[in-house]
Amino acid sequence: MNQNLLLAIPMLPLLAALLAGLAAKVIGRAGAAAVTIGAVGIACVLSCIVLWQLLTGAVPNFDGTVYTWLVSDGVHMQVGFLIDRLSALMMVVVTFVSLCVHVYTIGYMSDDPGYQRFFAYISLFTFSMLMLVMANNFMQLFFGWEAVGVVSYLLIGFWYTRPTAIFASLKAFLVNRIGDFGFVLGIAGVLYYTGSLDYQNAFAAAPVIAGKTLVLFQGHGWSALTVVCICLFVGAMGKSAQVPLHVWLPDSMEGPTPISALIHAATMVTAGIFMVARMSPLFEYSPTALSFVLVIGATTALFMGFLGIVNNDIKRVIAYSTLSQLGYMTVALGVSGYSVAMFHLMTHAFFKALLFLAAGAVIIAMHHEQDMRKMGGLRHRMPVTYWTALIGALALIGTPFFSGFYSKDALIDAVHASTRYGAGYAYWCVLLGVFVTALYTFRMMFMTFHGPERLDHHAQEHFHDVGWDMKAPLVALAIPSAIIGYLTVEPILFGGYFGDAIKVLEGHDVVADLSTEWPGPAAFALHALVSAPAWLAALGVLTAWWFVLKRPELGDAVRERFSGINRVLVNKYYFDWFNENVVAALARGLGVLLWRGGDQLVIDGAIVNGSAEAVGRLAGVTRLLQSGFLYSYAFWMIIGLALSLGWFLVHI
Amino acid sequence: MITLAHLLTLSAILFALSVAGIFLNRKNVLLLLMCIELLLLAANFNFVAFSRYLGQLDGQIFVFFVLTVAAAESAIGLAILVVLFRERRSINVEELNELQG
Repeated sequence: MNQNLLLAIPMLPLLAALLAGLAAKVIGRAGAAAVTIGAVGIACVLSCIVLWQLLTGAVPNFDGTVYTWLVSDGVHMQVGFLIDRLSALMMVVVTFVSLCVHVYTIGYMSDDPGYQRFFAYISLFTFSMLMLVMANNFMQLFFGWEAVGVVSYLLIGFWYTRPTAIFASLKAFLVNRIGDFGFVLGIAGVLYYTGSLDYQNAFAAAPVIAGKTLVLFQGHGWSALTVVCICLFVGAMGKSAQVPLHVWLPDSMEGPTPISALIHAATMVTAGIFMVARMSPLFEYSPTALSFVLVIGATTALFMGFLGIVNNDIKRVIAYSTLSQLGYMTVALGVSGYSVAMFHLMTHAFFKALLFLAAGAVIIAMHHEQDMRKMGGLRHRMPVTYWTALIGALALIGTPFFSGFYSKDALIDAVHASTRYGAGYAYWCVLLGVFVTALYTFRMMFMTFHGPERLDHHAQEHFHDVGWDMKAPLVALAIPSAIIGYLTVEPILFGGYFGDAIKVLEGHDVVADLSTEWPGPAAFALHALVSAPAWLAALGVLTAWWFVLKRPELGDAVRERFSGINRVLVNKYYFDWFNENVVAALARGLGVLLWRGGDQLVIDGAIVNGSAEAVGRLAGVTRLLQSGFLYSYAFWMIIGLALSLGWFLVHI
Repeated sequence: MITLAHLLTLSAILFALSVAGIFLNRKNVLLLLMCIELLLLAANFNFVAFSRYLGQLDGQIFVFFVLTVAAAESAIGLAILVVLFRERRSINVEELNELQG
């Protein structure tokens, strides 16, 4: 594969970002949009070419170093690319969604003073994300990992005059630091045990590391690989917002909607999922770590879904849905169904980006109103948005023949087939999650697009449907949301699409178990009509319809009846409360203690000012010896001379 | 016969006298300068005595240097004394305690 071609894919968005960011005055508003869209468009085309070449077998996988940054004590820090079908798939997803979001941004941000800055940021994000997925070593992976984190921070706080946006961006950054701390420890573990940062060396050494024991506490030996894998997964928990490090994702909705679609739904938050899939040769040797992954994912999948039901902010509902779907992917990873996780990642990227962009269109049309209680009946006013959003919603809840159906049903079947510790719990979580998903998704759809209009005076007056610059990306995303599952389920899951990129050990391969009963995509969808998930989804939609449209007054009654549960859900399981009042309070207390006790008392008080005061006091005493009379100085000089001479005589 | 011991004794007496003069004199800075001269002469006396005793001229040559330096030193000392007197209208040692702590 041509190395320059590969280099061009991440470098074009970087150049465009620099141009749009630094030369904004020269190229102007239209110029910034054109440059970044052009660069991302070319990157998207090139990524498709790369994927096509790999699929046709025209070229082998690429694994090579492009640039050696430094060599220290035998450790090579390099920029290198590992391009196989796994990374190529991610590249296509990232650049395609990014392209759609770029185009959509023209309309969404048209009256924003930070227009060019926004384009520079999202282009920079595309570069970072591409560096992350194309990496062939942990150093570059970490670079991309942190770079997307920084851009995410910048974009959540894009409207930097809003205190809530500042708070949310800081929260996202801090929570991600916790995850990254684990991630760095994991990378350090890999480096310690293999002496190399290259994927291939680490993967080759995985069985060896698995045999080693690491003593963290006296008398408690751990499998070294389990510790390394769990540390790496802690990084994924931060980036992919798994419980308990999920708290930043709902707040990240403070950012502009296009980046909620791009970064906080389709691409960046799936970096953790991608990373674990990439590290499958490591994780496969540690069933303990995979069980940990499984339980965390299952908990996220179900319990974050519940939160979507009680929220009234259209973006936050989709954000909780994202959390829940990320949990689904994590569950798939936990049962060694890496290909299913990647498949769900891909379909989710399309339909969730679509839902976010549709929500963004609604928000713009409603003149920046996000409260669903003030919407309703919008399907007549904005039909294109409604129909595309409906496709996204149907895909999300797993309606047969839509893309989300194939990934989600295959995922549930894979969990069902697994015998891993925790798989039973996970199965019930993901199964119940289907009902919850359908409930909150269609509650949102019904509240926004159906029923009577509840627009307030301001929104009524300023209502205007969005232009085609925003509708076109919706349509572009609706098509894959609808059909890509049907087209690709067979090759990706059962056709050995990923080849060597994903390693599954003998006996763990739940996807292979599924393939023995695979009837083909159409028959699979028909068969699903008599299976539990489809009925649960239908029940969820029906419940949503009943409570939102048929008997709206029932909602209050239920809230009244289950006020305890409602309070827990409205307060998001008290995670924020706990973080602010226990974790942050303890940290602040420690900080005050160190500041008052350590800094002010010991360092400033005793060491710096204390030593100066001691010198002053000593001088205060010794100055009394100074008489100022010449003869006394002479006298003492003579006495001193006599004494030293005497000492000299005695001792020599 | 005058031996080395006699000469050294005389020199020691001169030295002791001058040191005593520095300590005991509480009135006049001029006296201090004179005592310092005497101190240097006592030291010179030792040089000359040993020069004679050892039969070498080195010590006597050294005396010339010391005398030169002593002359320069007293010139500077007197100049300072003049300035001091102009400033303070007094050369009383008892009153010169500016440096008292």
